[in-house]
Amino acid sequence: MSIVETTPVVRKTALNAAHRALGAKMVDFNGWDMPVEYPASIGGGIIAEHIAVRTGVGIFDVSHMGDIRLAGPDALAAVQHISMNDASRLAIGQAQYSALLYPQGTFVDDVIVHRLGDDEYLLVINAGTREKDFNWVRDNTRQFNCKVQNLSDDFTQIAIQGPKGVDLLSRLTDVDLRTVKFYWVTHGTVCGLNNILIARTGYTAEDGFEIYVPSDETTSERVWNEVLAAGKEFGAVPCGLGARNTLRLEGKLPLYGHEISDTINVWEAGLDRFCKVEKPEFVGREALEQARATGTKRTLIGLEMVGRGIARDSYRILNTEGQEIGYVTSGSYAPFLKKNIALAYVPPEFSAVGTELQVEIRNQGVKAEVVPTPFYKKPKKS
Amino acid sequence: MAFPADYKYTKEHEWLKADGKTATIGITSYAQDSLGDIVFVDLPKVGAELSAGKTFGSVESVKAVSDLYAPASGTVTEINGELATAPEKINKDAHGSWMIKITLKNPSELNSLLSATDYEKFVAEEGGH
Repeated sequence: MSIVETTPVVRKTALNAAHRALGAKMVDFNGWDMPVEYPASIGGGIIAEHIAVRTGVGIFDVSHMGDIRLAGPDALAAVQHISMNDASRLAIGQAQYSALLYPQGTFVDDVIVHRLGDDEYLLVINAGTREKDFNWVRDNTRQFNCKVQNLSDDFTQIAIQGPKGVDLLSRLTDVDLRTVKFYWVTHGTVCGLNNILIARTGYTAEDGFEIYVPSDETTSERVWNEVLAAGKEFGAVPCGLGARNTLRLEGKLPLYGHEISDTINVWEAGLDRFCKVEKPEFVGREALEQARATGTKRTLIGLEMVGRGIARDSYRILNTEGQEIGYVTSGSYAPFLKKNIALAYVPPEFSAVGTELQVEIRNQGVKAEVVPTPFYKKPKKS
Repeated sequence: MAFPADYKYTKEHEWLKADGKTATIGITSYAQDSLGDIVFVDLPKVGAELSAGKTFGSVESVKAVSDLYAPASGTVTEINGELATAPEKINKDAHGSWMIKITLKNPSELNSLLSATDYEKFVAEEGGH
């Protein structure tokens, strides 16, 4: 396998100028120049953006995400071989959370697998792992009669997230969105563009949609602006990566390089229900069966700070005696829950809900407690 | 951005307002804007000794942790307890939301701090990067 190292250049989505025009604060995210938050003058700020998604609707540019299409007679067999969930259960128009694994059962990346047709699948992958993922998928599907295409640069992906997302998007499409269930996809007209992929998916632990429009700047900006304009009556705000991170953390959605990585396996990450070891075969399966027999040495837990302080990524976890037992993978103030929360890896004996632990913050142990996860669950529809 | 002319400033974005031997210290509106929504402030206890240029606490936004640097040496006489429960006040009014008051050990240290004009120039350059 050959991974070609490219010189780091800052990459931009087709909406870069639109974000700057809105006054967004920009940051480098895995080599991408992305908005972290928008100005308070237009309803932005991480907390306001986060609350908008929980209570109304927020709009994200997530075009930095990558897309890999697999199509051909062996497409299902190829997807089954490279992903841990069971893609044979997908009806056309259905999607599932899954992951690509190394032979040792650790993560290449987590993905959403969409079944678009009889023999056609679309994998949506993370920005920071685009090239790695594509090379890995291509190299591991050579034995299958199936075409593998990197469509990452073809789409501007806009996420419309929150309980009012359905009302907002309904103003811009001819699709009856009530018929599109969570984790299902369809095609339809959006902002006058035909055959646009509409997925009821997201990374916010909230209801919402992601639309995939052509990535030329003119089209992308037109759609972005039309979504913002249609969102006015619903109090929609543009949202940056800051809110995206706190939203996904409240929902315990893993982030590559934090809760999952090439050194963390599926059982440790607690993603058992998305891993179908009863499938005859997939990369990583054997190692995972072995790992299950051996037992895990660490497990992902949710923490809530009891003492004053905010746990941050990579802070050390101590037991009540002050001995180091683990580390924080993601930690932040949680804007909707109004608590300081964290995800962390600790040995299983410290994982019971109610266990008292400490987070080392600036050389001091600050009290924290193991709590149930996800921290936040979207309310059931009445 | 307007910076009060009767305050002094550091390149680490703290402000100091002197009144005889007493000085009031906070962070600038430029600092709060760069940090974003402030959710946590960690301040020293009354009686703590500060040395100019050394950290005396920290301020955290949703996204970032920043150390606070003492603009001048002295003894902490008062802390703004309100910020423990309402740190967002700093976002709303950074120059009005003081953090600590100190008794200056060496008032001549203030001569090395920036004036409002110089600080404004400094942040204009920093922001332009």
